Amino acid sequence: MKCRKCGGTAVLELRRHNAAFCETDFVEFFRNQVREAIRRHRMFDRDERVLVAVSGGKDSLALWDVLLDEGYRASGLYLDLGIFDYSVESRAKCETFAAARHAELLVVSVAETVGAPVPVIKEATRRPPCSGCGLSKRYLMNRAALEHEFPVVATGHNLDDEAATLFGSVMHWQTDALPRQSPALASTHPKLVRRVKPLYRLSERETAAFAFVRKIDYIVEECPFAKGATSIQHKEILNRMEDASPGAKHNFLFGFLEKARPAFERAEAVTLNECARCGQVTTGTVCAFCKLSDQVKRAR
Amino acid sequence: MKVILRNPRREIDVTGGRRVKDVLRELDILPETVLVIRGDTMITADQVVGPDDVIELRPVMSGGRA
Repeated sequence: MKCRKCGGTAVLELRRHNAAFCETDFVEFFRNQVREAIRRHRMFDRDERVLVAVSGGKDSLALWDVLLDEGYRASGLYLDLGIFDYSVESRAKCETFAAARHAELLVVSVAETVGAPVPVIKEATRRPPCSGCGLSKRYLMNRAALEHEFPVVATGHNLDDEAATLFGSVMHWQTDALPRQSPALASTHPKLVRRVKPLYRLSERETAAFAFVRKIDYIVEECPFAKGATSIQHKEILNRMEDASPGAKHNFLFGFLEKARPAFERAEAVTLNECARCGQVTTGTVCAFCKLSDQVKRAR
Repeated sequence: MKVILRNPRREIDVTGGRRVKDVLRELDILPETVLVIRGDTMITADQVVGPDDVIELRPVMSGGRA
């Protein structure tokens, strides 16, 4: 198979684009997709500081790599979830990457802020582990960005992540979640920073290939709590559809963003308040994070 | 030829001298879910792998298996 750009030996076939690329031209293709995402959704500009949420996995480190190479003022934020050896190893990957690139890395411990690490939260709340973990991550990303004066948080969500989330929302007709699914969420309150997903145009396989070509040392092993997660089941279903019909995931997500999402946007605005306890933004009186912390404290 | 799989890491022997896509089909692995790595480079599914080759099938899904 030949590279579409230079005619050399291809290392990766992208069936949904009916193309294959050599290493050099694939890296350029990848960076172009990130540039297009940032431009199209006006995610951030060059004089803004960007906080990249990094997990030690391929997606977030690939994103950080591109943004640094593109000259953005991108710092990393690692949330230590306290998930046994997995967290120890993933933190080390982020620290090694940051040191090699002379980039700033902030570290926030979930155990110190919530009162317990993710495995204990799981037991205390009897919620699926990804639920308490996701809630804590969204809260702490926003809080860290505010504290360190970053106007925007960038996450490594890729096309597969977004398609799987959309699939889950549609399967349960979570109409309140649909308008919130977007490559860029604007700040709607002085205490809410912008959230952007510059990799939403790139598949999981493409981010893995980019990390491999760029020799990024990322954690390949699975989070011990990910086994059997609904999002992984949805990805497997979508991958079978993609195999039968290349471009299926892209069409599903992009069709939603372009045609269906506007129809789900609420006519009425949601009232945002400041949590009576921590001061962060919530639609109620006390935010979900403070309620989670209370639940953990009561259980201990 | 040898195939290295991940999560958990293990090695299996399969018949070589055929295309990568045929090896993936035998192992019931969708091409979209893995990178195929030989030595220090990725290879496409139409490449032929020899009887003495070692290839790694690295899952691309966060938390995924191969």
